[in-house]
Amino acid sequence: MTRREMLRQLGGAIGLAAGLPLAARAQARTQGLSGVADALVSFTAAEAKTLRAIISRIIPSDENGPGGLEARADRFIDRALAGALKNQKAAYSAGLAAVDGYSQSLKGRPFADLAPNDQDAILTDMQSNRATGFDGGSGPFFNLVRTHTIQGTFSDPFYGGNENFVGWDLIGYPGARVVVSANLQRMDVKPEPSRKSAYDYGMFTKGEF
Amino acid sequence: MATTLKKTNVVIIGLGAAGGVACLPLAQAGLEVIGLEAGSWLNTKDMAPDELKLSRGLWPPGPQKTKVEGVTSRPNASQTAVRGNHPMMNAVGGTSVHYMAQSWRLNPWDFKVRSETIRRYGASRIPKGSTIEDWPLAYEDLEPFYDHVEYEIGVSGKAGNIAGKKDDRGNIFEGSRKREFPMPALRTTGYMEKMIAAGKSLGWHPFVAPAAITSRAYEGRPGCAYHGYCIGAGCHINAKSSTAVTTIPKAMKAGKFSVVTEARVTTIEADNNGRVTGVNYLTDGQEYFQPADAVLLGSYVYENVRVLLLSKSKPYPNGLTNNHGQVGKHYFSHNQGGAVSALFPFNLNNWYGTPGQGIAIDNWADDNFDHSGLDFIGGGNLYVYTERRPIAAVNGVQGWVQGGANWGSKWKAFVKENADRYNTAYLQKTTLPYEDNYLDLDPAVKDPLGFPVIRITAEYKDNERKIGAFIAEKMKQWYMAAGAVQVNGNGNVGGAMGASTHAYGGTRMGNDPETSVVDKWGFSHETPNLGILGGSVMGTSGARNPTQTLQALAWRTADHLVKNWKSISS
Repeated sequence: MTRREMLRQLGGAIGLAAGLPLAARAQARTQGLSGVADALVSFTAAEAKTLRAIISRIIPSDENGPGGLEARADRFIDRALAGALKNQKAAYSAGLAAVDGYSQSLKGRPFADLAPNDQDAILTDMQSNRATGFDGGSGPFFNLVRTHTIQGTFSDPFYGGNENFVGWDLIGYPGARVVVSANLQRMDVKPEPSRKSAYDYGMFTKGEF
Repeated sequence: MATTLKKTNVVIIGLGAAGGVACLPLAQAGLEVIGLEAGSWLNTKDMAPDELKLSRGLWPPGPQKTKVEGVTSRPNASQTAVRGNHPMMNAVGGTSVHYMAQSWRLNPWDFKVRSETIRRYGASRIPKGSTIEDWPLAYEDLEPFYDHVEYEIGVSGKAGNIAGKKDDRGNIFEGSRKREFPMPALRTTGYMEKMIAAGKSLGWHPFVAPAAITSRAYEGRPGCAYHGYCIGAGCHINAKSSTAVTTIPKAMKAGKFSVVTEARVTTIEADNNGRVTGVNYLTDGQEYFQPADAVLLGSYVYENVRVLLLSKSKPYPNGLTNNHGQVGKHYFSHNQGGAVSALFPFNLNNWYGTPGQGIAIDNWADDNFDHSGLDFIGGGNLYVYTERRPIAAVNGVQGWVQGGANWGSKWKAFVKENADRYNTAYLQKTTLPYEDNYLDLDPAVKDPLGFPVIRITAEYKDNERKIGAFIAEKMKQWYMAAGAVQVNGNGNVGGAMGASTHAYGGTRMGNDPETSVVDKWGFSHETPNLGILGGSVMGTSGARNPTQTLQALAWRTADHLVKNWKSISS
């Protein structure tokens, strides 16, 4: 999908997002998706809620700074499932339903409504392939979400994640540049972050989400 | 029904690192040359510093080759080969568009491994089962062509041996060269300077390695911008000296050289006298026959062997130029396994740069040290380099996490602190050919056109494993001297040789048709007007990247064709 097609589709989705408060819908029209969590292109609201809860435990927001949710890895995945990762859309829908099913069977509530400790226990079960109700096992689904959470947190912000460069700031990556001076390769220098996406330089054809 | 095109002097199959060089001397000599390339021209606008795009396989356009020509491999003949990917790319310039661009000459020893080993240590030291031979030419024979390549594509570096005069700012173990590199070495970084100091503290000889990357403006191209995103990526400013931005455009300007893109060569035709008459190729499913006086086969190692084995005719019932059964033999891929990584207690600021921007040590390569008390021959080049990408950093630092947790707050704290504190060395080691390592056509797996793909049957042997362990220990010493707190990796190089970007042999160069396919000029022993270009003619690997050597050989083969045009073409 091209960026233009995506935006057209997003526009449609925003207009149709009946569940959004009026103010949020207006904000969505003027600012695109960045201000609105609920204007989804791939997930249902319930799926997104579960995914966001998982992301916030994989890379939590804590004393070391913002995490995967603040980077909007959820938005990255939502967009990618309509583009480059569309083959994995069905795996996400089934997997997220299975997370809530397992959570219900164990704790009597959906995953997003659990306390962080209980959420971590469930993710640990999933990762070690002990959680039940997953087609093909819970481990592969955990790994899928983890891989995409990392991509969404640390990839170029063009793809909808790494909002405000929080992922790059976390690890000290000084950002995409097209020219790097000798000084920026010294060990006693901490390069000033570029705060730029590769596509902010106006030199490159934009990719697909 | 194939359409027969107008005859030309020379057809070059494949315009990658090798074919993309051979076209220049031919065009300069005034020959009419057609280059058939399965890929197309690439655009710098598509070469964004975008890790996700690069890692998804959208660029470089490699997956097409995997889908069409993905090879199968197995460690030995008792197993069934399984389909894998193909590490190379179809494009004008081929994989030289996105390679690491380390641009080395082999050392003189690499040309005479067999005789030098016997002379210095005795015949018993040739590893069992190895088919290693001396090359039919010496380093000195190739030196003028190394020089042409360095100047025509643009290589940056510091000479360590000019006409026998050693200079330890360069590689004192290199063969004698007649002059300095055309550009100074790529600049050093803080991390590289730390590794230089550490190497010197051990009494070794670290130097900035040569790279086919501009260190300053060169022939209309700018100097490298060191922005990262160089591994497996094209250069946004054409500072990487691929053939697509150097020798190919020069050849187009010099003479009657035309590039035909999206031409997938299927077979080479031969007449009843055993001479090749031209090349069959497909474009968009249409068949064409391009007649030529001479053919230079310059696709990748796997496809060189494949095209020959698929080109059966009356004089060549077992495949073109294969009446001695040598096509596919003496195959090996470079021993690069057995990774060694270090964790430092400080940031390296290694985010930018390029793998061509690195420090090498050759003290433990080739026969640069005494092997009398050792139980292997050859050695390895120690190499550390710059460039680190954010997602790769997060995944790469995982090997250092205590307990192996890979999510949650503790993990996040560790990643935050250490993402820029680790480094993995690139260790290229001597690999030998063996009698039971070979390429042939897979009996079961076919490409979408219905042609069998290449099957690799090859595994590392004791000599490779012993070098792996030895070199890992040396690399560990170097890292520890630089202040590493921990070094991982014991140099276990593993068993099977899968598909590799450093593949060698299959159409080995030699004097004896019973043990080689091409002569010392790169022309077939059996087929007088067929030349072969690329790593498939190389009989030894050395301990360094093959590209510049196979480019020098390609130049020399083309030069031989020019100088002997009348006898070869008629």
